Amino acid sequence: MSSNEQPAPETAENTMADVSSPRRPPVPDEPELRSEIAAQGPEPVLDLRPEKGFAHIRHAARDFRDGFALFRLGWTLGWLDIKLRYRGSMLGPFWMTISTAILVGSMGVLYATLFHIELRIYLPFLSFSLILWAYLNTTVSDGCATFTSSSGLIHAMRMPFSLHVLRVTVRNFLTFLHSVGVIALVFIIFRIAPVPDWQIPAGLVLWGTDLYAITLLTGVLGARFRDMPPVTASIMQILFFVTPVLWKPDLIYAGRQYMLLDPCYPLIEIIRGPFMGLSVRPSIWLVAVLYSIALWIVSFSLFARMRARLAYWV
Amino acid sequence: MASVDVSGLTISFPLYHGDARSLKKTLGGALNRRALSGRFAQDNRQRVMVQALTDVSFSLCPGERLGLVGRNGAGKTTLLRALAGIYEPVKGRVLLRGRIGSLLDTSLGMNPELSGRENIRLRCLFSGLSEKAIAEVEQDVESFAGLGSFMDLPLKTYSSGMAVRLAFGLATAIMPQILIMDEWFMAGDASFIQRAEQRIAGLVEGAEILIVSSHMPEIISQWCTRLIWMEQGRVVMDGPTEEILHAYLSAEQ
Repeated sequence: MSSNEQPAPETAENTMADVSSPRRPPVPDEPELRSEIAAQGPEPVLDLRPEKGFAHIRHAARDFRDGFALFRLGWTLGWLDIKLRYRGSMLGPFWMTISTAILVGSMGVLYATLFHIELRIYLPFLSFSLILWAYLNTTVSDGCATFTSSSGLIHAMRMPFSLHVLRVTVRNFLTFLHSVGVIALVFIIFRIAPVPDWQIPAGLVLWGTDLYAITLLTGVLGARFRDMPPVTASIMQILFFVTPVLWKPDLIYAGRQYMLLDPCYPLIEIIRGPFMGLSVRPSIWLVAVLYSIALWIVSFSLFARMRARLAYWV
Repeated sequence: MASVDVSGLTISFPLYHGDARSLKKTLGGALNRRALSGRFAQDNRQRVMVQALTDVSFSLCPGERLGLVGRNGAGKTTLLRALAGIYEPVKGRVLLRGRIGSLLDTSLGMNPELSGRENIRLRCLFSGLSEKAIAEVEQDVESFAGLGSFMDLPLKTYSSGMAVRLAFGLATAIMPQILIMDEWFMAGDASFIQRAEQRIAGLVEGAEILIVSSHMPEIISQWCTRLIWMEQGRVVMDGPTEEILHAYLSAEQ
């Protein structure tokens, strides 16, 4: 350390003209930084070679661990993404809340009339389903660009890939929160109360982990295949009509047993039921958990297999 | 102690885009006539691969300052990225001990929409620093980069020199033991280059190893103690700066 003095306070340097200012110490003293870096332990060792066998899984697991250790960074990145989206906008996030409210309101009245269902029953159902579906849909479509949109960051320094997944998950969660107010309002107006039992926290945890896994899966596929966005868009379009989002599941009589083949149905039902104060059949819970396990196995093994190649693709 | 060990490093990029088969034919035809065929290969699934690095080996001790020279496309940037752990080896091994600071991508790994201060914060969060340490780093970078009130404006309003000063100040503020820099960073003016050199020299325990690629002979001969001359993804010569620089420059003319 060449000197202990603090750098001179900034003079008004508003011009592009530059730094011919008097000589400052090249590296000022930073006791806090020094002690924190020292506290991080001995110097890290980076040992890279082609992965064989279980090394894939070990390295992927380490990537997850490192990624979650950087939770603060992931959260900040996701938060800044949302903040930047509204820079220069007047109503900012309320645009989304307003448009969701208008969509739910107009579709609610129209479809309640078409299906001959009382508005009092249909509107809370529709608001909850539509907003939840929008969340799922954004996760799938944004997920495709998880790694490709962070290519600058990926090529700039080595960081855990799961951090980018975390960032997109946080961003989508914050986007979803914009519309929660609409659900709350509708529920208050029509006096719908959730059943407070184990199902709500369990459902939220399952959703959280599943959305993370979906982002990971579509992210890896989207990095390799650039036609993922249109493919997922059309799959989600079909699923939207097949899944009971617009229509209530008790409207269907023939072929009810096939409904569980649609992975979105149990996933939506386990969270919609408890929140709307309806009971959920155990079979639906079972299928939802099975689908989630399958989803995690597929996305984790794909990630483990392809992790080292991601930087080559983006 | 920081150290770098590279043995038999090979990196190849698969070409997925376009019709690989017809591309292969075209390239194959063209390559037979010119002696370039070393750069293209096929993997066992008949995909065309660009051989970016072939069997690169060297090791660096603490205190060494390595320069990479070679024409455009010689594999310098790929080698730097492989050293930073961004491209994992297809064959061979890369072993680095020490905290790595990298200045590689032209976007500097920063978000152009965010202000300089916000970008500094993100980089510090990545290093797992507390608010107190972040404030110190901010102050350090601020005084080095001399951006004044630009610190609170989005990065996209910066001149390229200002962005480079910020990135360099930031990369060196977190005290890397191995500093890896690509050639674009020479976009700074003469006074910046001088201050940058002072700063690297001032990092007593940081930047024990410097790896830099450059096209500018003056900077290379001033900064580096050792050079590696690369051509077609291979190491042509490796040795003390004067010797290699002389051989490289005379071969180029």
